[in-house]
Amino acid sequence: MHAPDSLPLISRRVSIQWMLGATAALAAKDASIFAAEPAITARGYGPDPSMVKIYQPGDVWPLTLTESQRRTTQALCDLIIPADASSPSASAVGVHDFIDEWISSPYPAQSGDRRTILDGLTWIDAESQRRFQKPFADLSAEQRTALCNDIASLKPKPEHKKAATFFKRFRDLTAGGYFTTPEGSKAIGYVGNMPGGTFEGPPIEALKHVGLA
Amino acid sequence: MPVITADKLQDNYDVVIVGSGAGGGQTAYTLTMEGVKVLVLEAGRSFDVQTEVAMLQWPSHAPLRGEKTPDKQYGFHDCSIHSGWEIPGEPYTNAHTETENQFKWWRQRMMGGRTNHWGRISLRNGPLDFKPRTLWGLGFDWPISYDDLAPYYDKVEMLVGVFGTNEGLENSPDSSPGVLLPAPKLRVGELYAQKHGKKVEAHIVPIHRAVLTKPQDAETIPARLHPDNAKAQGILAESMRTRAPCFWATDCHRGCAIRANYDSQTVHLRPALATGNLDILPNAMAREVTINKDGKASGITFIDKTTGREGHAKGRVVVLAASSQESVRLLLNSKSKLFPDGLANSSGKVGKYITDSVSSSLSAHIPAFEGMPVHNEDGAGGPHAYVPWTLHDLNRKAELGFPGGYHLEFTTGRQMPSMNVVNSIESRAGSPSVLFGKKLLEEARRFYGCQFGFGAQGTMLPNDDCFAELDPDLKDQWGIPVLRFHWKWSEFELNQVRHQQKRIRELLETLGGRISAKADADPAKVIKTGGSVIHEVGGAIMGADPKTSVTNQWSQTWDVKNLFLADGAPFASTADKNPTLTIMALAWRMADHLLGELKRQNL
Repeated sequence: MHAPDSLPLISRRVSIQWMLGATAALAAKDASIFAAEPAITARGYGPDPSMVKIYQPGDVWPLTLTESQRRTTQALCDLIIPADASSPSASAVGVHDFIDEWISSPYPAQSGDRRTILDGLTWIDAESQRRFQKPFADLSAEQRTALCNDIASLKPKPEHKKAATFFKRFRDLTAGGYFTTPEGSKAIGYVGNMPGGTFEGPPIEALKHVGLA
Repeated sequence: MPVITADKLQDNYDVVIVGSGAGGGQTAYTLTMEGVKVLVLEAGRSFDVQTEVAMLQWPSHAPLRGEKTPDKQYGFHDCSIHSGWEIPGEPYTNAHTETENQFKWWRQRMMGGRTNHWGRISLRNGPLDFKPRTLWGLGFDWPISYDDLAPYYDKVEMLVGVFGTNEGLENSPDSSPGVLLPAPKLRVGELYAQKHGKKVEAHIVPIHRAVLTKPQDAETIPARLHPDNAKAQGILAESMRTRAPCFWATDCHRGCAIRANYDSQTVHLRPALATGNLDILPNAMAREVTINKDGKASGITFIDKTTGREGHAKGRVVVLAASSQESVRLLLNSKSKLFPDGLANSSGKVGKYITDSVSSSLSAHIPAFEGMPVHNEDGAGGPHAYVPWTLHDLNRKAELGFPGGYHLEFTTGRQMPSMNVVNSIESRAGSPSVLFGKKLLEEARRFYGCQFGFGAQGTMLPNDDCFAELDPDLKDQWGIPVLRFHWKWSEFELNQVRHQQKRIRELLETLGGRISAKADADPAKVIKTGGSVIHEVGGAIMGADPKTSVTNQWSQTWDVKNLFLADGAPFASTADKNPTLTIMALAWRMADHLLGELKRQNL
């Protein structure tokens, strides 16, 4: 943790690390190591954005992914969260566009993810070509799963270490991006954000579940 | 009289108030209802709660799913604009570089100030909280007792609308009959903790929060608050009728377009404007309190942020309610031949004795909640229950190693998911690999809502090491010297945090909780950084002796009798309660005194 410095510029940069916690601090450091990464020149939404507006990825800053990267992202999103009987897939609610927005963010907390995701997408397509002679998006569901199983281990083989870091981070962004949509919220079991006339407290089944009724 | 621009300032006002938050709002309300002509200066822009607040937007409607950024430091949908710990062009400094000596200063530059985003937790200070010196030989006794403030707590609670119950607890006072609104039903996690917490003497009761759980009683409250003042009664009744009760959705930190919860504009400034006695000048950054040749306050010099020009607002009385440390800064920057060390600073105590809630938190995964039947527990947009401090006997026996106590606030439940909703899912599921596909969905559903935690907020008594002064070199973008903070926790705060962690751990374990944090955590590392709870108060404390305090019991400065403070600055200590309700009660009491002194022509 650092002190707010007397120079406003430094103070701001330092405080950002501070405020956004350890992950952000690491991410910012990471980005400075890989200075070759194309710099983001867009600006954020500023201190006074409209809070009521409904934003789409790309509304505030330009997106990054090429068409082929986007296809790979979409395929990965749907491998991570496929549709089931009651809920849509991740890409059906635009999570791939959210990931594009995230890695295109001008804020420091996302700069580490930009590098991780872009490198990871390159790796996964190259690996897909190597093993199946096709881009990842064109693989069958079984092939996609097989490839990702190799990099999903929490104790990956040395040659998969970087890809595993990518996959974990990509999964976190996909899950976070999905469960924060109205459809994804419902899928996880959040049924609030519904104005009503009364608050009845927990239903009897919930009380029974924890031995309170 | 309305919201104005600088060219519409009147030549003179009875009272000029700096700041439009809880203290400034309450002062403006009390004074204008009695016919006093008031000007409020606000450093931020006008803000329309009804049209600008995000009520039912989802995280996916915001950039980055609403995550915190340097531009929106509490998240995108949080009701704060031009706000943060770091604001471009408005720096402050810390005298020491060590982590544990940092003080973080939240500023909120918008109409209504910090009342736009807070948890609406409204706890009264209790009798013990005003007399730490008598009880423990530490800090300073306030020059008032609980009984002096109790009638004002009743009034504020009736005006703003506070739900809760009277529990007859020592030092967590009951309200007068008919004052509180009904408390909402507790959530399943709150009930579960209430039942099992008893084993470790955690007494869990409904919390008090400034949220309407039913329409306010516009028939009888106005007459109780404003006897013999038909005009005020009419205006207040009308204002109360524009407020809808809670619709049981939306986190209160987002603000409230239906006016179910308290913010300064909704409750204070609207009716104050309706009296015709209030001008509000937004975008006016106060620089200095001006003084006439008799050593009395004559008004405020400010920078009009829309033009960059300096202006002056004249008043017979000046009230500072700019937030405790901003008011300190104004006093220290108001230097003159008569007051070379800053205004109202003959004691040398301006900037001294800053305190903050002593805070730490701990959370756990509660296996009993896994697979909970799906249900909506949004409720009143924040906690319904809390753990008040009840271990007074241990404290009397001096067995704790710290004065005062702390209350625990819940972080629980089936809240609107955020980006971190599947954090730690692999360790919970015991999975050797990153979950994805069908299995991820299943486990996410099973574990959602199982994270459960407590945050403690406790007593801090003033010490000599926590204070603010002017930075000798640095100025902000308008050329106004900035504050430099000194901060050092005493052994009391660290002992308290040690106790907090142990107690929360015990409580969570009683609930079957799995805690990932280590048990022997260093209190200096888990204590929340000074200022980060945004409860900082003090810096111009009230007292009985002009040599050791800045104001008298009426928040009136000893040195300049027509200069008052209406924010947290006069607090002589931090209780184990959140400060906003007490800021309002003190402001109302101060304003009543001010009215009397105006009538007696003493100012």
